[in-house]
Amino acid sequence: MAERTIPTPGASQALAGREGTRARERYLTPPVDIYETPQELVLLADLPGVSRDELEVRVDDDVLTIQGRPRPSAAGELRYREFELAPYFRQFELGEAIDQARIAAELKHGVLTLHLPKVQPAQPRRIEVRGG
Amino acid sequence: MAQWDPFQGIEALRREIDKAFEDFGWRMEPFARTAFFPDRAPQRYPLINLYDSREALTIEALAPGVEPSSFDVTVMGKTLTIAGEKRPAPSDVKPEAFHRQERGAGRFTRTVELPVEVDERGIRAAYTDGILVVTLPKAERATPRRIAVQVS
Repeated sequence: MAERTIPTPGASQALAGREGTRARERYLTPPVDIYETPQELVLLADLPGVSRDELEVRVDDDVLTIQGRPRPSAAGELRYREFELAPYFRQFELGEAIDQARIAAELKHGVLTLHLPKVQPAQPRRIEVRGG
Repeated sequence: MAQWDPFQGIEALRREIDKAFEDFGWRMEPFARTAFFPDRAPQRYPLINLYDSREALTIEALAPGVEPSSFDVTVMGKTLTIAGEKRPAPSDVKPEAFHRQERGAGRFTRTVELPVEVDERGIRAAYTDGILVVTLPKAERATPRRIAVQVS
């Protein structure tokens, strides 16, 4: 279920995630920040443990999907645990104001930064009229 | 003498809590499992896992988005302190420009009591993909020493 990038006040706060009809897999929902500048929306997501080759960002039919697989740790016997990593998954619904072809992504220190440029207003242009 | 596992009680409690969250989990505290919110509780973050091998302790700290130069990792005796700052959004972004703000940012300082003594000179720390891994070799006298058995 995709969320809107800009939450509508009063809308249900249900989270994105896999539907209940599927087998019960564990997915983590990464927290995100989304802010707006005159040119674009910027989305930041915390995805600790995910490297570039394990990250997938897809846009399909106005739905933005962020998926990542953190690498397992291998450091001896686990004695004390406060966090448990599992695949990350989150979806957003992009409004038509986003120019999907110019979306740019950067992954650094476990944080994904997505630049979602806004569609630029069409420049006025002169249309050639062919005579006949 | 009984075998003493200082983490046994905590581990059992954590399993209980984990189980409770699993059933209601994403409805209640959606980001609890991999949270890193220094602004909410600067001394409870980052979350850590502790591993034990024969020669060393390894601590993994979940700390995405930290400014690497802000890391301050110190050891004194059996106390490890991990401090730093999670980078906030660029300063020229006004608060009202945010549509969602779930990540949290800010300074953090976390102290961890280590179960054994460590050799301070051999400590290494690496920060990869948002996870800080601190490797602490156990002190000589804390490493299990094999004792040869004389057979007569």
